[in-house]
Amino acid sequence: MNRDGIALWLTPFLARPIALAGLCVLLAMVIAAAFAPWLAPYDPYAIDPVSRLMPPDAVHWFGTDQFGRDTLSRAIYSARMALLIGAGVVFFALITGIPVGVLSALFPRLGHVLMRIVDVLMAFPSLLLALGLIVILGPSVANSILAIGAGFMTTTTRIIYGLALRLRAETYVEASRSMGSGTWWLVTRHILPNLISPLLVQASFVFAFAQLGAASLDFLGLGAPPDIPSWGNMLAESRTFITRAPWLLFFPGMLIVLTAFSLNLVGDALRDRLDPRFRDVFGGEG
Amino acid sequence: MSETLLEVRDLKTSFNVKRSGRKYRLKAVDGVSLSLVSGEVLGIVGESGCGKTTVGRSIVRLVQPDSGAIQFRGGDVLGARGAALRDVRLNLRMVFQDPYASLNPRRSIGDSVAEAGDINGVFKSRADRAARIAETLSAVGLEPSFATRYPHELSGGQRQRAGIARAILPAPAVIIADEPVSALDVSVQAQVLNLMMDLRERLGLSMLFISHDIGVIGQISDRVAVMYMGRVVELSDARTILDRAMHPYTRALMAAVPKPDPSQRIVGVVETGEPPSQFNRPTGCAYAARCPLASERCLAEAPLLRPIGPDNRLVACHNL
Amino acid sequence: MMLSVRDLTVSIGPETAPIDIVSGVSFDIGKGEILGLVGESGCGKSMTSLAVMGLLPQPGPRIRGGRIDLVGADVTQLQPWQRVEAGHGRIAMIFQEPMTSLNPVRRIGDQIAEAVRVHDGVSGAAAQARAHELLDLVRIPDAALQLAAYPHQLSGGQRQRIMIAIALACRPQVLIADEPTTALDVTIQIQILGLLRDLCNRLDMSILFITHDMGVIAQLADRVAVMYGGRIVETADVGALFNEPRHHYTRGLMDCMPARNLGARRLPTIAGQAPRPGAIRTGCVFAPRCAAVQDLCLVAAPPRIVLSEGHEALCAFPLQGERPS
Repeated sequence: MNRDGIALWLTPFLARPIALAGLCVLLAMVIAAAFAPWLAPYDPYAIDPVSRLMPPDAVHWFGTDQFGRDTLSRAIYSARMALLIGAGVVFFALITGIPVGVLSALFPRLGHVLMRIVDVLMAFPSLLLALGLIVILGPSVANSILAIGAGFMTTTTRIIYGLALRLRAETYVEASRSMGSGTWWLVTRHILPNLISPLLVQASFVFAFAQLGAASLDFLGLGAPPDIPSWGNMLAESRTFITRAPWLLFFPGMLIVLTAFSLNLVGDALRDRLDPRFRDVFGGEG
Repeated sequence: MSETLLEVRDLKTSFNVKRSGRKYRLKAVDGVSLSLVSGEVLGIVGESGCGKTTVGRSIVRLVQPDSGAIQFRGGDVLGARGAALRDVRLNLRMVFQDPYASLNPRRSIGDSVAEAGDINGVFKSRADRAARIAETLSAVGLEPSFATRYPHELSGGQRQRAGIARAILPAPAVIIADEPVSALDVSVQAQVLNLMMDLRERLGLSMLFISHDIGVIGQISDRVAVMYMGRVVELSDARTILDRAMHPYTRALMAAVPKPDPSQRIVGVVETGEPPSQFNRPTGCAYAARCPLASERCLAEAPLLRPIGPDNRLVACHNL
Repeated sequence: MMLSVRDLTVSIGPETAPIDIVSGVSFDIGKGEILGLVGESGCGKSMTSLAVMGLLPQPGPRIRGGRIDLVGADVTQLQPWQRVEAGHGRIAMIFQEPMTSLNPVRRIGDQIAEAVRVHDGVSGAAAQARAHELLDLVRIPDAALQLAAYPHQLSGGQRQRIMIAIALACRPQVLIADEPTTALDVTIQIQILGLLRDLCNRLDMSILFITHDMGVIAQLADRVAVMYGGRIVETADVGALFNEPRHHYTRGLMDCMPARNLGARRLPTIAGQAPRPGAIRTGCVFAPRCAAVQDLCLVAAPPRIVLSEGHEALCAFPLQGERPS
């Protein structure tokens, strides 16, 4: 992508400050995850029985938990788990959704069968589906990615199916077929390149909702092992202290909300960028 | 002007259509026979829903006909496999109507133009590919530098030139042009029509030129087939049809073209009827309900194309 | 004058650096007259009609200057809701694609009756009776049957007739028709053109007819305004325009019509393509494509020359009345 291209993608963010703020939060999260050892003031695992359940002060900005661990440091390290879960779920949703959606659109008979299966999966509430899968597979980080991803795979597949159906009817796809192109050629040259932009939008929404899903599983003790710092685990561990140490719930809770909200804002801005009605306003393609 | 390049015999194509919860079989093309000799431009003219586009799409195998035969240089098109199919794909090439929709917005003009060559492994090397793209772009009046541009950077006329370039690389025998100038402004339309006439002469192309615009058809065609409700109703030399149309539908079509002459104006109500619903075809001649000549025979029996008069002309009408 | 437009300028872009998509357009339409506004895509003809109708898309283009008088009332600066009030019974519009203007899940009769109710203040049987009358007016056979139909059950030509009936429900004195026949087949188009001519005669209605098709203009318009690059480059009675086009663009447009050149090996063309709005700021907008361009054309804005009564051209070097081939 050249410089103009980057500028084009940035315009909807510049035109809407709140979306830019969302992008900044996201960036902060990535930085926190990447540089956690340097940014965190304390070892997130270091137990300090002397300073248990300390309220926020100049030494421990976010206070400490029931083992005397620094909440800020744990919150920073949790960004890693949040990114891992988010990226993992997006990856899982796309790696399953793209082939199923695209092939269903290209081969209507296969599509009939696959889409009915997707319909059945969609009938389960996604959290229930995730819980069921965790019960079968056992709690672990990888399994929570799988369990949450299964819920988003269905919506992603539906979206890809719809887009691919529309692309299949495009004149340039017909032109290509009239020249003898095979399925592989159509998918790689015509369908996938035109799916990238809408999928970017979908990915940002999946990423956002995956945060909520992961937090729910962690809170129920079915997600990442309790010793790994994650916002959901922090909430789960400290819920018994809600009256004595409300900051233990406040900070991770706010971070979950902030992350999901920011990603939604970014998704909205990206969607506007791709909506043809906004293209002229932002001076994009078309 | 001797070799018959492309021959369509008794082509019938229909589609399943759902309407108001009921399934219908819509006969888009109902027994069309045409032949195209080398170097010739055959125009197919007709109004929306007459099946002209379906004929073109059947030839490039975008739709599967119910019955009938299509032959290219004597070889079967519809059942072609392997090398024969590759030959068909490279020789029968289509230019599409909408220059905005027919180019992939995410592919460069060069990639779009070279697509048939890439799919069928025509280019010897990358340098050969680049040279052929540049040469083809020049042939349609575009700078070779357009190869690296994207469709949204081009005007409508330039896009349609790119669409034509895609169809003529590598050297096809027949171009099937489906309304290639209908989406363009008049001044640009003339440029593109001139280009197509030039290319036809320079590359010795034969063309099946499909359009609703009898002016455009008359401009470019040697012979003209007039279609109505899935059938050819009149087929003859372009001049014969333009000067002395015989079929009542052809005459109505010619009369309806707004003449750029204020001295021959419409002064009041014109009532010439509308085509019957495609879901409810009459058993006899499809034009009978609108036809001033219609007799009882027309309502009962569909007329077949038959030679009438000295001009090597075929007309499907009982009353001539 | 039923509709009088003076120096209408419509702009897009920021206030500080506006781009004019319609600049200095003036025309008049008399009672019972059909004015044809002809030009190619992007010439500003649709924006002109939307500005007159008070339907400019928001946000976006805005009227930056000029005056629009509709049946004696200045409507230029009215807010949209006042515009509806002011336009009522004076002006109505029909568009290119009738399907998108009709509600697909309501019966034709109800949609016409609604327009009748808004204007005449009658409902029930009286509104249905008026709807029946309007269908007769636009010559739809079996009116009673068609009133009960849904839009998808009608053909494109019939839908356009329904749109005309709805437009006529408010008894407008001016009808704006924006490419109403472009999406139709020629054998249907001629019937709609005939209908519009008939309505114009019978109701003494004025029509602003917008099209890209010179043939349609010759068939229907009494007077013609040719638009190019946001400006009206030539205005004339239809006979004078076709007999003696004086602007080089008008002449070029006529010459490159295939219908005028049947059998010619090559069509005359206008070189190049239409400019983007705001691309040409000095001199004549048509200069880059004009075959008879002079040095002066590139630097000085062309004068509006009155060639004869009612025949004007925006050109420093107009054609000397040669008949086109």
